[in-house]
Amino acid sequence: MKPNEIEDIELDIFLNAVNKCYGYDFHDYARSSIKRRVKHLLNLSNLNFISELLPKIFYDEQFLNIFLKEMSISVTNMFRDPWVFKTIKNQIIPKLKVFPRINIWHAGCATGEEVYSLAILLMEQGLLKYSQIYATDFNNNSLEIAKEGKYLIDNLDKYIKNYQEVGGENSFYDYFYIKDGYIIFNDLLKKNIVFTNHNLVEDNVFGEMNLVVCRNVLIYFKKNLQNKVLKLFEKSLSSRGFLILGDKESLKFSTVEENFEESFGKEKIYRKK
Amino acid sequence: MNYQAIVLGVSSGGIKALEFLFSSLPYDFKIPIIVVQHRLSDGDDFLEKFLNKKSKLNVKKAELNEKILDGFVYFAPTSCHLLIENDRTFSISVDPPVNYSQPSIDVLFESAADVYSDKLIGVILTGANNDGSFGLKKIRDYGGLGIVEDPQTAESKYMPESAIKIAGADYVLSLNSILNLLVEINNEK
Repeated sequence: MKPNEIEDIELDIFLNAVNKCYGYDFHDYARSSIKRRVKHLLNLSNLNFISELLPKIFYDEQFLNIFLKEMSISVTNMFRDPWVFKTIKNQIIPKLKVFPRINIWHAGCATGEEVYSLAILLMEQGLLKYSQIYATDFNNNSLEIAKEGKYLIDNLDKYIKNYQEVGGENSFYDYFYIKDGYIIFNDLLKKNIVFTNHNLVEDNVFGEMNLVVCRNVLIYFKKNLQNKVLKLFEKSLSSRGFLILGDKESLKFSTVEENFEESFGKEKIYRKK
Repeated sequence: MNYQAIVLGVSSGGIKALEFLFSSLPYDFKIPIIVVQHRLSDGDDFLEKFLNKKSKLNVKKAELNEKILDGFVYFAPTSCHLLIENDRTFSISVDPPVNYSQPSIDVLFESAADVYSDKLIGVILTGANNDGSFGLKKIRDYGGLGIVEDPQTAESKYMPESAIKIAGADYVLSLNSILNLLVEINNEK
């Protein structure tokens, strides 16, 4: 057998073990990325073969958290892709004003940077107090960081630069205080955000959302799961609600394409018909 | 040998090399070519459009879920990694940079080796870091073909030298000879 074929079998067995022991189903995740991440974990553990991770799954409960953390590593940022947030600020948020109460679902929010970015933009247009943001992720450790709104000060320069590129109307310093090498966002920003656990693979709809944000999550899913999740978003959106995907994602070739119109092509902002 | 894909890594200075290669490949060049070039964010497909005009092949930016077809040249989008799935479609990740690079040549090469195994050709051209060396090693370990631009003739010799040191190579050639070799392999198909 070829080495890649053996590794595929090992990965199947590993993912089965994770699912049966802990109920996390990664079978419909894009194979190439999950393989990279599992192999990265192998390196960290000084092991050679994926099958050597099986005893850890069976007998070491700490290992699940290490694995979930590895599965959640991705690059995020305040106002990630500032040009997208600029369009959200100038084109989308003004259109949300017509709703008496604005329901927003930020799916796959990870450690929350982009949730606070959105909250800041809503606040600057006086809309945050009429908004309810549901920010969800499947990883409780990420959610804890998101809830605290506490980020290393090392990235502050980048945050400020992005905020200015978006066209923020105040000073970025208005929104946080600094403590022990971290910036911590103000409670006023957090008041209308609920951080809660939700797994896009198996959990259900959030009703009557005016805006669903889910950026750079679908790229990690196989096509059938991408379609399933897009259907979930469609059901969760109110009529004429907006859907914002990552700039490498799209509704092209998806099963829900005809139920949406494209509002901003490059930014991957869609509107439910 | 029936090669099914070519993955090619080149660093920022490689525009001239790419222009030469893709303007010279003949219209009947079938084997799909997937390219990672290190470069800054560019939302406008400028490089792909430029090379598409120069080339007899179809040059475009790779898209999520897109099926890999013969006669096409695909470029990795910027600010993300490009990977290949078993069903020969593209996937994308925003995992952290690898070798300070995003897109990373190693990430593409390693995922391509998983899918194409010994039916894969890896090519490392001019460049100023060591990205791609471990990816090329995996391609060669899996029985694929490793081609490296001759450090003597490359614009920047560091990336080819690193690849030869870490992965070894089946061929170390000038750009012109790489072109001729690829055409020859394509015609055997």
